[in-house]
Amino acid sequence: MSFEKILFYVFAAILIFAATMVITRRNPVHSALYLVLAFFTSSGLWLLAEAEFLAIVLVLVYVGAVMVLFLFVVMMLDIDLATLRTGMARYLPVGLIVAAVMLFELILIVGPAHFGLDKYAAPVRHAADYNNTAELGSVLYTQYMYPFEIAAVILLVAIIAAISLTLRRRPNTKHQDPTKQVLVKKADRLKVIKMDSEEKMELK
Amino acid sequence: MIALSDYLILGAILFSLSIAGIFINRKNILILLMCIELMLLAVNMNFIAFSYFLGDTAGQVFVFFVLTVAAAEAAIGLAILIVLFRRRRCIDVEALDILKG
Repeated sequence: MSFEKILFYVFAAILIFAATMVITRRNPVHSALYLVLAFFTSSGLWLLAEAEFLAIVLVLVYVGAVMVLFLFVVMMLDIDLATLRTGMARYLPVGLIVAAVMLFELILIVGPAHFGLDKYAAPVRHAADYNNTAELGSVLYTQYMYPFEIAAVILLVAIIAAISLTLRRRPNTKHQDPTKQVLVKKADRLKVIKMDSEEKMELK
Repeated sequence: MIALSDYLILGAILFSLSIAGIFINRKNILILLMCIELMLLAVNMNFIAFSYFLGDTAGQVFVFFVLTVAAAEAAIGLAILIVLFRRRRCIDVEALDILKG
């Protein structure tokens, strides 16, 4: 058994363990943390498959941004954990049966009979100076330029949608209006009043 | 050497686990969203494995787009979740029936 294969099976075992923990933990914070573990191990597996750039992107974008967002939301909401898990035992058998049947069918299709080493030989590893990022960029910015720009627009839409959904206006709060502060004139603030001077007081 | 079927079976196991998770956690929308993330991870695993074994970079480009869309989906999903929580004080899926759909 080669070192690569041992690495693959260790990472796969950790990944399956983490995924099982994600779906069975009672506390959503634990689920989110196990999902972080799942993302880390799969980024290791992607490194084994020579997708270095995407492995790094998975850690940066998913662990660094999306999972932090999840954790923020989990901790912000005051969730009653007891009521959320009431139906768990009831739905466990049907969930397991559906998952097992699906897994059986999928393995019939994608198993070693159709996608084994004899059908798809393991590719030759690239040399050490092979640059996966440059390779991906040369395809992404030429052939897939238009989808790339659409992806950018989707992200923009997501930003605007997320902000406009969660924006909460509070009419009764007091706040400063910088536009009014800048536009104010001297005449608005200062008033010069003409009045007679005081009578001189006699000293005793 | 690692065969293509090893990667594909790993992806299949991940996908089935997340299906089971959706059945088990029928009440908690947060965990449902996490299960969807796991599903997308399983799909990405297949894309990367095929890209590696067929020597085609297009698979990795697709993973890139899937990651983009998944990030957008997570952001909007969590925003909807927060709006739901403000209105109903819970994140139960059964509280989502006010649209009477």
